[in-house]
Amino acid sequence: MKKISILMPLIAAGMLTVAPAVAQKAESNKAKTVKTAVKGTPVPSVGTASQVKELPAEMSFWMTPAAKLTFPALPYSYNALSDVIDSLTVAIHYDRHHRAYYTNFIKAIEGTEMEVLSIYEIFNKMSEFPVSVRNNGGGFYNHVVYWQNLTPGGGVKPSGLLAEEITKAFGSYDAFITRFADAAKTRFGSGWAWLAVDFKTGELFITSTANQDNPLMNTEERRGFPILGIDVWEHAYYLKYQNKRADYIESFGKIINWKDVEARYQYFLQARKNFLN
Amino acid sequence: MNFEFPALPYAYDALEPHIDKMTMEIHHTKHHRAYYDKFIAAIKGTDLENKGLDEIFAGVSKASVAVRNNGGGFYNHNLFWEVLSPGGGGAPSGKLADAINSSFGSLDDFKARFNDAAANRFGSGWAWLIVKADKSLAVTSTPNQDNPLMDVNDVHGRPILGLDVWEHAYYLKYQNRRPDYIGAFWNLINWEKVAENYEKAL
Ligand SMILES: [Fe+2]
Ligand SMILES: [Fe+2]
Repeated sequence: MKKISILMPLIAAGMLTVAPAVAQKAESNKAKTVKTAVKGTPVPSVGTASQVKELPAEMSFWMTPAAKLTFPALPYSYNALSDVIDSLTVAIHYDRHHRAYYTNFIKAIEGTEMEVLSIYEIFNKMSEFPVSVRNNGGGFYNHVVYWQNLTPGGGVKPSGLLAEEITKAFGSYDAFITRFADAAKTRFGSGWAWLAVDFKTGELFITSTANQDNPLMNTEERRGFPILGIDVWEHAYYLKYQNKRADYIESFGKIINWKDVEARYQYFLQARKNFLN
Repeated sequence: MNFEFPALPYAYDALEPHIDKMTMEIHHTKHHRAYYDKFIAAIKGTDLENKGLDEIFAGVSKASVAVRNNGGGFYNHNLFWEVLSPGGGGAPSGKLADAINSSFGSLDDFKARFNDAAANRFGSGWAWLIVKADKSLAVTSTPNQDNPLMDVNDVHGRPILGLDVWEHAYYLKYQNRRPDYIGAFWNLINWEKVAENYEKAL
């Protein structure tokens, strides 16, 4: 197996025990068990070694050979987000759309050189690989971020370093929310809006991508590490909001899991040099 | 040029059970209407105001993205509504049937090609049956609200049949099952209208 070193800085610093693919056991999780078995993964604010150890899923994700990636459990029940996203939408979105991307991604890389690459290594050479890998690999990864970015108890504003960086980059939290919402509203057709950390400068930026593309892919003009994503495919909101995409976007703020967004930000700062292609 | 927002040529529930009433109503009064309104706003006060859609699409790469997206959305849905009918389905006849046979082998071969184009259009878009400049028929698909009249596409021609595969076209009834929606579409095709479009395109 090819050595995948995205996490090396953390491992070297003794901050992470190498235990690939722990906590991503959900492939066998049937829809029914998701309701009870997976109770909101607590994502701590990162900063101490012991806290970092509580994030094995995110860490191991980047060092797992793509062929060994598993389909992660939904970190809450289908109806947990129902103030903003109805349970039928979550159920179909997770168990049909997301699962299909996962299954088709694994199928698309089967028997190819991509099997032993990390998903980032694939995204980093996206333009060299078949469109089925781009669409399904993106669809798989993007929804992993999406579900973890959300929580029933969300909406608490970001804090600490991330809050400072948001103010620095956008002027204020409210200004950020407006810009992020604009990116989501104006993405024509299917796609995503993202808050990401620029690979080169380390600055926060807002971008949007078409279909299942994301800012990790070398097909994007401005590349960075996504820490918050909103799915604006119609399947993400149509059962509840129909043509009113703006209403879905406005409500989205209520369920953002800023702890998860902060954890991703901190993770990237620590592992940044591994994303500099 | 005066662009008008067309009435639906049948009732909102006329295409039941293949396309549900609520989908038709929102699709026509909200999505289609918004494309129309934004298209009118986008060309207002510009030299496009007095041009026809053919001419606008032929030069759309030089127009604003609002003209492309909303002009496409306006025209595409105009065509979509008129090639559907509560009494639709069956098979084409006459010259159109001959042309389909000579271009694709058989009606079933054409359907298979069209199904593939509609199913494999990733994200939002349309599948089309078009008449090319050499008068032959072809199946193609376009992303978002593009269409084969636009100069931004590789495959050019005049659409005579179109299928909307944006999720808004089928999600309330079919959710992730796009192939079921595509299958239902064949029960609704107004082949007389498609034949008429074909004659006009020749
Ligand atoms: Fe999605
Ligand atoms: Fe539509």
